[in-house]
Amino acid sequence: MSGSRRVTVATSLVLLFSLASSIFLLRRLDQVRTTATLDEVLYLNSPKWVKRLSLGYSGLLADIYWTRAVQYFGGKHVTVAAKDYRLLYPLLEITTELDPKLIVAYQFGANFLGPKPPEGAGQPDQAVALVEHGIRNNPDNWKLYYELGFIYYYMESKNYAKAAESFERGTKVPNAHPFLRVLAAQMAQHAGEIQTSRMLWQTAYATTHDPMVRDNATAHLRALKVDEDITGLEKLVAAYREKTGRLPSSMNVLIGAGLLQGVPVDPDGKPYKLMPDGRIELRNPEDFSFVEKGLPPGYVPGPPKFH
Amino acid sequence: MNTRIVHVAFNTFREAVRDRILYNLIAFALLLSGAAVLVGQISIDIERLVVVNLGLTAVSLFGVVIAIFIGIGLVAKEIEKRTLYTVLSRPVRRWEFVVGKFFGLTGTLVVNTACMAIGVFLALLYVSHKFQSSDGWILVALYFIVLQFLILCALALFFSSFSSPLLAAVFSFSLFVIGSFSEDLRGFARMSQGLTQWMTTTAVYLVPNFSALNVIGQVAHQQPISTQLIAYNTLYALAYAAVAISGAVLIFERRNLK
Repeated sequence: MSGSRRVTVATSLVLLFSLASSIFLLRRLDQVRTTATLDEVLYLNSPKWVKRLSLGYSGLLADIYWTRAVQYFGGKHVTVAAKDYRLLYPLLEITTELDPKLIVAYQFGANFLGPKPPEGAGQPDQAVALVEHGIRNNPDNWKLYYELGFIYYYMESKNYAKAAESFERGTKVPNAHPFLRVLAAQMAQHAGEIQTSRMLWQTAYATTHDPMVRDNATAHLRALKVDEDITGLEKLVAAYREKTGRLPSSMNVLIGAGLLQGVPVDPDGKPYKLMPDGRIELRNPEDFSFVEKGLPPGYVPGPPKFH
Repeated sequence: MNTRIVHVAFNTFREAVRDRILYNLIAFALLLSGAAVLVGQISIDIERLVVVNLGLTAVSLFGVVIAIFIGIGLVAKEIEKRTLYTVLSRPVRRWEFVVGKFFGLTGTLVVNTACMAIGVFLALLYVSHKFQSSDGWILVALYFIVLQFLILCALALFFSSFSSPLLAAVFSFSLFVIGSFSEDLRGFARMSQGLTQWMTTTAVYLVPNFSALNVIGQVAHQQPISTQLIAYNTLYALAYAAVAISGAVLIFERRNLK
């Protein structure tokens, strides 16, 4: 073997070994540094300073900050333990200061901030502040008024008056979605909660192309269907008890009594369970995020699952 | 170490000194002393923070510029001046020449960084009047900066082994910027799916991870650096530099120098 060939072979071996080592070490570094990253992002947490230091490239920097917010708080790819919601509001504040016209940051940012843990940060006041800030910067965007009403209804313990006022403000914006007027009226009436919720989530689904928001809306719509089904089934159980003086032992008893047409199933096609105490339970509660009914006693829901 | 490599390395260092590379220390000293005096008078409570942030950032940026702009010219200049032919006929093997150049440039940057480090500590002493035990972490941040230079020197040499100095500078600088955002790239890889995920993950492993080597923010806030991070960063920088240097050697071995 010539000298040059020997060098080529030896160097190739070094290259391959070093490349494999660098990949292995990078994986180890990822493990060592998982929790440190977001803190580093926010060492400079004054929005005004970040804007000044962006040297005019604030749009690009806003996109980077927003992407980081989605990465850390998007819910789909991170575990609850990895989330540090304390840092979410400053991150959103910086993003919207850098680009006040970045509507998604207000919309989805509020959706990360508002809901109770584990789905969100449980900071509805800050969600409201963020969207109000967005409205001040973008007074002609009806989606922000919709978002504000949504927060008041869902995240602020069903504050109907504020929600109605927000939707009403939105109707005055040029080219506002006609649904806002309906929603404003519904809120003012406080009536038909499940129907109102369904309308809100259907609007959320219809007015976005973002798969994450659509997944979230679908999960809520599935949960509403379960809540509605179980409410209806429990009413049937109560009616049977009133008629016969005892609880039905199975769904077939209700079918035999002419109260049901067939075995009722959840949105995944799995039959609901009739419990000995007359309650109705989901067969697989872990498949349904956001449900309020049909959960076994003491059941602690995990992080949301999107389908 | 092979004496021929030592000779090439020493000559590279001497040439850099002759080219007045170390003059950047004057600019650095002026910047840091000016900043120390200024923040000492106008800041409340963050004098130390500003000096550490500014000092370490300046050390890093000055070094990055030197690593790229000297690194890209190491081979090209020798070919242009025709001194390479003399060196290679000594006989110095081509791989020894590349490795020697790498050590020479790294040595220059280590000396440069050591001088700047003294400046940072003097400025710190000026604003804080005394050292604290947590100031020791600044040495770790400086060590990580040197590891960054190690990777950058190797990359600049790699690119200069097959392209023009201008292109090599563009490639090296681009990789430095991309590598500094490697955490974001890692996040993109986690969020994407299918072919995009595969491509992004490959990119994550191929571009240098400079963000793991940047602990300036942590150190400025007096936060400790784990020994594990120090160990992994050291090994990673050595492995990555070895990849780039091996690539440079493989290309340079086959390059037609006539």
